[in-house]
This record gives sequence, C-alpha cells and structure tokens, in this order.
Amino acid sequence: MNSSTEGPGFEVVARQDFSDVTFLLEVRHPLLAKAARPGQFVIVMSHEHGERIPLTIADFDRDKGTITLVIQAVGKTTREMQQDCRVGSRLTALVGPMGIPSHIGQARKVLCVGGGLGVAPVYPQARAYKESGAYVIGILGFRTRDLVFWEDKFRACCDELILCTDDGSAGIKGLVTEGIRQAILAHPDIDECVAIGPPVMMKGCAEATRPHKIHTIVSLNPVMVDGTGMCGGCRVKLTSGVKFACVDGPDFDAHTVDFDDLMFRLQRYKATEREASDRFNESCRLRSQVQ
Amino acid sequence: MTAQKKKKTIRMIPQARTPAHEQEPLERARNFLEVNLGYHVEDALLEAERCLMCPDQPCVRGCPVNIAIPDFIARITEKNFRGAYDVITSTNLLPAVCGRVCPQENQCEGVCTVGDTLEPVAIGRLERWVGDLAIKEGWSNVPYIEKNHFRVGIVGSGPAGMACAADMAKAGCEVVVYEAFHEAGGVLKYGIPDFRLPNTVVDAEIAKLADLGVRFECNTLVGRLFTIEQMVEEMGFHAVFIGTGAGYPSFMGIPGESLNGVLSANELLTRCNLMHARDFPNFDTPLQPGRRVAVIGAGNTAMDALRVSLRLGAESVSCLYRRSRAEAPARAEEIHHAGEEGVQFHWLVSPVEILDDGHRNVRAVRCVRMTLGEPDESGRRRPVPEPGSEFEIEADMVVYAIGTNANPIIGQTSKLKLNKRGYIATDDDLATSIPGVFAGGDIVTGAATVIEAMGAGRRAARSIKAFLGLRDTDFVYQDKQAGPEDSLFGIERAEHGYVRVRLPR
Repeated sequence: MNSSTEGPGFEVVARQDFSDVTFLLEVRHPLLAKAARPGQFVIVMSHEHGERIPLTIADFDRDKGTITLVIQAVGKTTREMQQDCRVGSRLTALVGPMGIPSHIGQARKVLCVGGGLGVAPVYPQARAYKESGAYVIGILGFRTRDLVFWEDKFRACCDELILCTDDGSAGIKGLVTEGIRQAILAHPDIDECVAIGPPVMMKGCAEATRPHKIHTIVSLNPVMVDGTGMCGGCRVKLTSGVKFACVDGPDFDAHTVDFDDLMFRLQRYKATEREASDRFNESCRLRSQVQ
Repeated sequence: MTAQKKKKTIRMIPQARTPAHEQEPLERARNFLEVNLGYHVEDALLEAERCLMCPDQPCVRGCPVNIAIPDFIARITEKNFRGAYDVITSTNLLPAVCGRVCPQENQCEGVCTVGDTLEPVAIGRLERWVGDLAIKEGWSNVPYIEKNHFRVGIVGSGPAGMACAADMAKAGCEVVVYEAFHEAGGVLKYGIPDFRLPNTVVDAEIAKLADLGVRFECNTLVGRLFTIEQMVEEMGFHAVFIGTGAGYPSFMGIPGESLNGVLSANELLTRCNLMHARDFPNFDTPLQPGRRVAVIGAGNTAMDALRVSLRLGAESVSCLYRRSRAEAPARAEEIHHAGEEGVQFHWLVSPVEILDDGHRNVRAVRCVRMTLGEPDESGRRRPVPEPGSEFEIEADMVVYAIGTNANPIIGQTSKLKLNKRGYIATDDDLATSIPGVFAGGDIVTGAATVIEAMGAGRRAARSIKAFLGLRDTDFVYQDKQAGPEDSLFGIERAEHGYVRVRLPR
C-alpha cells in the first residue's frame, strides 16, 4: 500500500546518523504505524533491483504516521541505503508489520538488553513494559562511547539503565552479560529478560540468565526472503523442533534456541554477499575517482 | 453445403498430434527463455482439424472451469480467432497462462474422444495459441460494467484471487486485491519460472484485470497490517475473498536439514524468479548455485526447481522420488522436458539423511531404495523401504519440493475457523465461518493446481454474488438470445437483485 503522499514507494521523512555505520530512517506509512506492535519487523526493498531485507521496527509514531528503522551498514544493501536514502527519497517496497508481536505479560521486573544492532529494536519492548507498569532495567551494549545513541529515549522509559562499552569509555567496561550479572545481583526478583542483538550476544545472555531460571526472550534474525512463511529460509532450530522465524517468531524462548545452528545458517550466502560488497566498494571507489 | 455438416470420423482427421515448436534441449537448458514456443497459425489450424466435434464433449466436463472447448476450436477452424478468444474468456480469464500450466493430460485432453484411438487433441496448445494471439493483438474483453455500491476485498493476487477479482469486477463491484509481495501474480510470478510461463505473459493478464477496474495493492500483508475482521467491520468491504495459498513449505525432519545448501523449492524459485538472483550482480538477491543438485519430490514444483538449477549452471541435477514415474504428480510434458534437458531421475528412492562436508555444507544425500506395496488412501501404491539398500548421492545443494502446509498468518490473526490441518474451513459454497468472508484455492484444499485455484476463485465469486444479492452475471456475455420466454424486459423472472438490464437484440 502506498503512502499517503503521491508517487510510488514509501517516503523517508527523517534521517539521523548515529555513527559512520549506524543510521536511522523514519518512513511514512500511517497504516503500518497504526498496526505495529513491539517485537514486529518489516521487509524493505530499497530499489527495484534490490533484495528484500528484514528490519526490526525500532519505533512507531501513530500520530505522525511513521515508523522508525535503525540500520547498520554492514553489507551491500545496507551500505547502499546509507548512501542513497535521504529525506524525501523513497523505498521501493516496505511491508509489515510481520511476525507475532512480543507478549508483554504480567512481569513486574524486566531486563531489556540490547547490543549493537539490537539496541534500537529493544526500545519498543522497554517502552511497552514500562507502560504495562513493570520495573524496567535497560542494559545497552556498545563498542565505545562514540557509538552510543538513544540513551535519552531509554532513560525516559527505564527505571534503571546500565550502559556497557567494550573499552569502558561509557558506563561499565564489559559486555552486556556483565551488565546482566550486576543487575541480577542487585535485583534477585527479576522475572523476565528480553535480549536483542547479534546471535553471539543473545547466546551469551541466554547463558547468563539460565542458572537463575529467568524467562528469557530473544528476537531472531535469520535469512529471509518473503517474511510470510512461504520460503522457509528463516527456519530455526529449537529444542521443540524447527520453526519459521517470520511467522512462528521472531521471538523465541532463549533457553530453547540452538544459537550455533542460527549462526551457521546466517553464513549461507556469505560468498555471494562478499562478492556484492566488493563490487560495491569498487563502484564507490570509481565514483569517487570520477568526482 | 448440406443442412447438416458432415460428421467427422477418426479416419478423416490428421492422425498425428501437431508438435509445438521448442527450443533445442541442450541450448535451452542454459537459458531462461521459454522452452515451448507454441504454435504458428498453420499449426493451430491443422490441430484444430483434429477435433471430432463429438456431441458428447467430455473435454468440457474435464475442464475445471468448463471452457466450451469444441466451440473455441470450431472458431479457430473458421479462422474466427477473435471469436475463439471470446469463447474461452467467457469462462477462463487467463488462457495464455492456463494453456501453459494446466495438467491437460488429467483434464480436458485426458478424456478427449480422439484420445481413445489416437493422441488426444492438443487443447492446451490451442488455448495457449489463442491467449498469446490476444496479447499480441491487444484484445481484451472489457464488458459494459454497471457499477453497484459493493466493495469486495481480495486477499492474495495468485490465480484464485485473480479469478475471483475478475468475476466480481464484471459484476460491477469495486475490487481491491491485496498482495504481500511487491509485485502481483502470486505463484505465477514467484513460483513458475520464466521458461515455462514468462512474467510478461502474467503481467499482460494482470493488465487485463486492471482494465476491468480491479485495483492491486502490493506490499500489503493482510492479517498483520489489518485483519480480515477489520476489512469487514472498518474498511467497508461488503465481502472478502481469501486466496492466500498454502505456501508453508514442508521438510522431512531427517538429520542434516539445517545444513547450508538445503532449501525449499519455494526459496530457490522465489530468489531466482521474482528476485532475479539469476541476474546477480545486476540484482542484489544472492543465491549460491549448486554444482550437484538433488531435488526431493516429483511434482511440477520439483520439475521447476530441477530445470532452474540446470539453467543456473549445475553440472548434475537429480530428482529423488519415493514412488515410480507413473505416480509422479508433475505434468507429463514437464517430466519429458526435464529428461531431455539432462535431469537424472532416481525413482523409488527416499532420502534418510543429508550428510555434512565438515564445514556445515552439504556433501551428499543418503537414500534408501523403495518398493511399491499396497495402495494407500490416495489410491497410489504405498512406497516401502527396502532394508539394507542405503546408498549415497553426491550433492552440494538439496532442494525440498515435497509440498506445503497451511500458511498460519490468517489463522493467527482472525477468528476464522480452521480445519484440523490448519487450512481455512469452508462449506460447499466456499463460505467461511465469518459471514461475508469466502476462501478458496490452496488455503482451503492444500496444494493443488493453478486452474483448480482459478476454479475455486470463480466458485467463490458466484457465492459472493449470491451473498450480496447480485444477479449472477456469468452468462450475460454469452450469445444466448435474451427473453422472451418467461422474461420481463429481457430479464428472467426467476432472477432477483439484478444489477443491469439486458436489452433483447
């Protein structure tokens, strides 16, 4: 469904750069903003020859009729988006909200853990828990101080916020698992944990909460094409069997997920992806030479 | 000419079936251009001669949408090609598609009278020739449409949705078709490859729907962006048709399925067809092509996956099927074409494990040989494993084409009643448990064929018209003389709630 303003595609109405790899796009899609729930994702195609990539909805504003995506420029498609997506430009395709919304239950004390590309997606959940009356402890992990973003947004909806940086330049020094350890020490009555980030981080979080039997939810990000259950590319292994992240997830009980399987399956198209990235580098180099 | 046309006999007609023009197997196995180049006009005229015009017309009953086959063939013979097109399109919206993808040998051609003695009339090829001619000549049958105030929402732009949309638009309703992908066409676009059904043909047929006033809304995931209930209660749709297809691919649950290089046929075909991964790097979607590909299953989707793999440059492509060739569900022509192109068929084998090369990639498939035992509930003989017959087939890519399960999205997001297998439960009129909501195609029956889905879409359209109190406009476009028997102003007295007046000619 096209956005309300004329022309095909979906209009980018705001952009913000958090670092040289992380950037935010706010896209107009009133219906999607109205339908979106925490934990859901969209599939985006930036141009007609592009690929379909899943992105978690980092925020939605029903009054403005926009959704917010936070993107890390790591592969060809996302780096191209970083280069090309400006205010006023349009995404060829934007479909969603996909996946089963996160279950915001009766938990009274909740850990919301975000690392790297998972910081933005955990925000709607933290806010939803806060709105449900829970005591929310946010734990955010970044490599270094310069990469920190949305600290203010999280402070506004978290009762406590623990920043973790690899080099200790902001908050505590260490990984988010160190933050989890400290939080559990201070609050033995935590009854739920939501962790979103790279698979290796989510695996670490699962192991950090497992001994304390804290119910832990992770949002999985396997390779997808359609996002509607049709291709089966996103199948993930759980102790209960194989599930499709797009329609059976993306949230799963972290203590049942086979993270090693997920990490291997994310490598499926590595060779072609690297080839695409190299070509993109080359074209950027040539372009800059011409200019 | 005498009053009665002389009856044709089996001896009078051309004895051999007119062959279609085809690309050479070895040449076409390396390109994505269409394999079957169809008929030229002289071929069509020759083949049309082979129809006996038998009074029984078993072919019409054999067709899921009951195309008046002898009628359209007769018009071809009369060189009234536009007339032939009109006959077909009075019941079938997409002749260029159906002529290509229908399993004619199990339908019209399977019961053709000529087929009792000789090879049956090539009805599919004739239908396709007419459909292609219509696209080339720009023919489309846009009837006079008297608008009513009804709005009909269609979920899914595949064959079921398209057929239903066409009928509802012709009945005067405002029709909106929602599609989750960024392009309309459903399985005709993402699934069936270009060498069997070119996307240009699909787009041409979709354009005809647009001419009828049908609006397509892509990038819309119904159920999640808005629900079926919202369509009825808030969005002002007087009726809704759900034709979302099955499309939740099945795997076997054998060890090794999560290895890299194992994927569903849907994923392979979608990447290759809709997303153009075959044109990488001009298109961004990646696809790691296999050198040795094993495809499990022997339906049309399996044949498509096999032949796509060849065209992507695979050195060897094997089809693994647990029954024999006689039971293979694919169209005969597809199996024949796949064999010509170099696909190796392994009948009566079943995979038991997919083996790892030590780096989480596929090295081989371990299979067991099967024998056919007693018939099962489907009437086909049940395959039974032969003990001690295990062997390995080398492969670096394994593709599953063993069918699909119900897509869960509509079930997750609405109160619609589902059946035990998760498909939408309907009554004989394809009405669901929510008033005004109808469903048809694979989401009701499980995986079937394009023409069956179209048949379901049309049946649902009839039910929707009855539900809305609209006159069934199916026969308005036929040349039947209107009135005067038991009619008022040309309208049969038995009809209620008609939306247009037909004047006697």
